[in-house]
Amino acid sequence: MTANLQDLARHVKPGQCVALPVDYAGVSMAMTRPLIEHGAGDLHLVCVPTGGLQVDQLIGSGLVRRVETSAVSLGEAGGAPRFNQAVREGRIELRDATCPAIHAGLLAAQKGVPFIPIRGLIGSDLLARRDDWRLTENPFSDLPDPIVLIPAITPDIAIFHAPMADMQGNVWIGRRRELAAMAYAARETLVTVERIVEHSLLADETTAAGTLPALYVTDIAVAPRGAWPYGLWGEYDTDTAELIRYARAARSEDGFAEYMSRAEVPV
Amino acid sequence: MLRRAMDDGQRQVRLSILGSVEHNFFTNGSVELFDSAGQGRLDAFFLGGGQIDGQANVNLVGTGEYPQSDVRWPGSFGSAYLYFTVPRVILFREEHSPRVFVDKVDFISAPGVSPPGVYRPGGPIALLTGKGLFSFDRARPGFRLESIHPGHDLDEIVAATGFGFDHTDAPPTTIPPDAAALSLLRGRVLDELEETYPAFAADWRRDLAGATAKDVSA
Repeated sequence: MTANLQDLARHVKPGQCVALPVDYAGVSMAMTRPLIEHGAGDLHLVCVPTGGLQVDQLIGSGLVRRVETSAVSLGEAGGAPRFNQAVREGRIELRDATCPAIHAGLLAAQKGVPFIPIRGLIGSDLLARRDDWRLTENPFSDLPDPIVLIPAITPDIAIFHAPMADMQGNVWIGRRRELAAMAYAARETLVTVERIVEHSLLADETTAAGTLPALYVTDIAVAPRGAWPYGLWGEYDTDTAELIRYARAARSEDGFAEYMSRAEVPV
Repeated sequence: MLRRAMDDGQRQVRLSILGSVEHNFFTNGSVELFDSAGQGRLDAFFLGGGQIDGQANVNLVGTGEYPQSDVRWPGSFGSAYLYFTVPRVILFREEHSPRVFVDKVDFISAPGVSPPGVYRPGGPIALLTGKGLFSFDRARPGFRLESIHPGHDLDEIVAATGFGFDHTDAPPTTIPPDAAALSLLRGRVLDELEETYPAFAADWRRDLAGATAKDVSA
């Protein structure tokens, strides 16, 4: 029932909206090179709610037209060099957001409603720069009460990495519920996992509560250490030294190209 | 983390560190922090800034014109929401210089204050830098220098701060941590930080080892 990484990458079409998770939630780094080799470009990335290495590498490879995010960084390894350069050169369209606004947009899509109101944001340049967000009045209040509406974010594809899936295609996401939020909102969801287990994740109540049902999962591939150099909760730690190596290499376009041409060897 | 360590065995502060598995009690993904804040369940939050101005506006996006920033920083993260919803936001930035503490930020990730009628239970209460500690008065609005760290003085802070602030003629010196607090910071707190900030923890350990070596040679 499982596909290989190249099969997964072929789901992505040029111009699509792709949702990717925050660095600590379960990033499918294993999919990054197959996505680049597949070459579907002009992508609109939605970072849930921030992006890092994978986003930087997709931008560096020229596949990204627009980034909707609350931040892009390499954490302790510093700024995201390819993202920063693309911003300076005006090569990507920015939709700067704040974390709960991205969650709100996905939640609206999950519920099939056009928008969700959220607090905050009023008076920020984020709101001033977002022509797709709306400032309105709370219709239930007798006093003036301005509030911001965030439109639904419906990704064409969500991609993430998780510890395990079962033979029926159910995926265990534990308490990383943003992975479920992405899948609920997206039209298709591609998942890489450390391993496939023989038993049903839904048969045991201990795992059932943290399981994303196969209903929301389009395709699965096995990729051991598939989040590397990011860590995967409960499985392995982030390889900070490798992130720092990347951050140094990718300061220049040539250094980035050289880094990406090397065979990826998870440690 | 120091507060929690000092209150060991008593009622302890509940602490959630972004990106941590061990120091994170949330189970509903990264949205739960924001949902908690929206309901008023969060008492305090620490927020840094690329630029901070005298109105406590915070810029986490970049310098120069937007969107093609001269220097691009990661982005606003949850600031545009938590600054509104968490009652006690403590701003911090170790680098205390005119390029950080500016008259007016180039991009408002999150405004320091809001006009009447805007839902705003939260906001800044203090700013901690490498040179001193400020409080923030939301009514005025503006910062007031509360204390100066040992080794620094008022003239230096005035020169290093791009905005005006209130102060007495001779602000007191910041009280340094006592031996017990220092020992916790360099022991348990450093150990606990390592999970989320391994590179920072390694730097700190190197600094501590260097300081010890210097003490011995002196």
